[in-house]
Amino acid sequence: MRAPGTSTSTGVSPDEAGNEIGAAWASGVPEAAGAGSPVAGEDLLVGHRAPAVRHLLSIADLGRDGILEIMRLSDAFAEVAERPIPKVPALRGRTVATVFMEPSTRTRLSFETAAKRLSADVMTFTASTSAAVKGESLRDTVETIDAMGIDAMVIRHHASGAPLRVTDWVGASVINAGDGTHEHPTQALLDCYTIREALTARRDGAVPADMSGLRVAIVGDIKHSRVARSNVLAFAALGADVVLVAPPTLMPASLEGWPVTATGDLDSTLGGLDVIYLLRIQSERLGEVLLPSLDEYHWRYGLTRARADALKRDALIMHPGPMIRGVEISPEVADMPASLVTRQVRNGVVVRMAVLFHLLGSGVM
Amino acid sequence: MADRERSSTRPGGRVFVARTQVMDRDEVRRALVRIAHEIVERNRGLRDVVVIGIQKGGVPLAERLVAILREIEGTAVPFGTMDVAFYRDDIGMRPVLPEEVTDLPFDLTGRTVVLFDDVLFTGRTVRAALESLAERGRASAVQLAVMIDRGHRELPIRPDFVGKNLPTRRDELVEVAEDAVTIGDLIGAGKDMGTR
Repeated sequence: MRAPGTSTSTGVSPDEAGNEIGAAWASGVPEAAGAGSPVAGEDLLVGHRAPAVRHLLSIADLGRDGILEIMRLSDAFAEVAERPIPKVPALRGRTVATVFMEPSTRTRLSFETAAKRLSADVMTFTASTSAAVKGESLRDTVETIDAMGIDAMVIRHHASGAPLRVTDWVGASVINAGDGTHEHPTQALLDCYTIREALTARRDGAVPADMSGLRVAIVGDIKHSRVARSNVLAFAALGADVVLVAPPTLMPASLEGWPVTATGDLDSTLGGLDVIYLLRIQSERLGEVLLPSLDEYHWRYGLTRARADALKRDALIMHPGPMIRGVEISPEVADMPASLVTRQVRNGVVVRMAVLFHLLGSGVM
Repeated sequence: MADRERSSTRPGGRVFVARTQVMDRDEVRRALVRIAHEIVERNRGLRDVVVIGIQKGGVPLAERLVAILREIEGTAVPFGTMDVAFYRDDIGMRPVLPEEVTDLPFDLTGRTVVLFDDVLFTGRTVRAALESLAERGRASAVQLAVMIDRGHRELPIRPDFVGKNLPTRRDELVEVAEDAVTIGDLIGAGKDMGTR
C-alpha cells in the first residue's frame, strides 16, 4: 500500500532490485521466526518469565502456520469490530510507536486504529515533522523512541531491510509496515484474510483450509512492489497458484526461486483466474521510462469493463490502494460487487489488531 | 476459570492424567437440574433472564442448562457465548488466545445474566467476563453458576449456583466433560508453550 507521491527509490538499480527479490525469498529472517518457535515458558502458577522479543519483518517469518494463526486470531477481532464498543483492553498499558519515514496515511492510520482498539497507547512519528529532516540518523531516531519505553515499533522506510537493521537497535517488537521494494507483510496478511472471508461467505460459513486450488494473478509493477513480494510469499505458502502479469520493464530481472509463473499477456490469463490482484502504477516512476504512457498501460494491463467481463463470474478483484482509476482499473470496475477494495481496508484494522496481539499479547513468544 | 485455560493451552509435552473421577454422568445431570431450579427460584421465574456460557468449558453446560430450563418452565431463555481472552489481566504473562466465538445476540440492558463456567478457580476469568459484560450494556443483575468450585480464589468472587464444591491442591487439574468430572495432574516437562 503506497501513498500517492511516495518515492520508492531505494538507491538500487533495477537489476539489483531483481536480485534482492530472490535473496529475500531465500533467506527470510530466522531470528524472528515467531509463530513456529518453541518457547521456554513455565506454567502460569510458577510465574512470569520474560518472553523473547518477536518481530514481523517478512511473511517468511510466519510461514504457513503463522499466517493461518493470524487468520484465526483475526476472526476474533472481526467480532470485536462488530460490537457497539469495538475495543478490548487486551494491550492496556502497552505502547505502540508508528515510525513512518515515508509518506503514508492509510497504513499508519490502520495500525494506529488497531492499536487503539486494543487499548494500547500510540506514539506517532512522521519524518516530515521530526528531527529526521534536521539530519538525525535512523539509528538515533529509533533509539530515542525506544528509550521512551515502547513495546512495539511499526516502521515504514524507503530502504529495503531498514526494519531488520532496526531490530539490532531497539528492544521493542519491530513490525515492518513497508520497506523499500522488499516487503509489506501486513498488507499480504489482510489480503489473505479478505480472500478467506470472501470464500467463507460463498461457502455458507465453511472456512477454507487454505488457498489451494485458487489461481491468483498479481498484475502491475511487480519489480518495485513490496506488496507483490509479500503477497507472492503468502499466497504461495497457502497453496495458491500465483501468476505474475506485467510488461517486461516492470517484471523483476530474475524470478528464480519464486513459486510463480510469469507472463506479459493479461488477456489470455483472465479466464482461469479466481483472484485478480492489481498493483498501483506509480506514476512518479514514469520518469524512468518504464512505461510509454499511462494510457498505454491501461489499454494493455488495466482492468477494463471488457476484461472484467472475461473473468469468471465469481472471480475476486483486489487492489491494495490507493487506486488510480483509469490506469490500473477503470472506474466502473472499481465499484463492482466483485471488488473487495473496501473490505481490504476494513480488514486491515482487524488483521493488524491480530498481528499486534500475536506479537505483544498472546504470550506465545 | 484458570483450569480451563491451563487445560486448553496444554504445552506440547504435557498430558492431563486423570486420577479420580469425582462426578459421573448422572451426577452432572442432577447438578444441572438442581442449578436450573435454583435459578428459577432465585429469580421468581425466568423473566428477563439470559444465560451466557464462558468459552470454552462453560458453553456446553450452559446449553444443557437452557434446555433444562425450557423443560421445567416452558420458557426459551436467550443464550449467548463469550470468550474473555482479550479481557484477561495476565496477557503477556502466559499464553492467552481466544478459544471460540463470542456471540451475544441480545441487549443486556435490564436483563438478569446468568454466567456459566465449568470450573471456578482463581476468579480471574469471571473478573474478565464481568468487564466484558459491562461494555455491552447495564445488566440489572449478574449471577454466576459453575459446575465445580475448586477454591483458591485470588479475587473476591463468589458463585451463586454451584454443582459441587471440590477441595483441590493448587497444582491439580480439574476436567469437566459431559459425562464425568475428573481430577488429575498435568504430567511431563514440556517446554513448548505454543498453542499448536
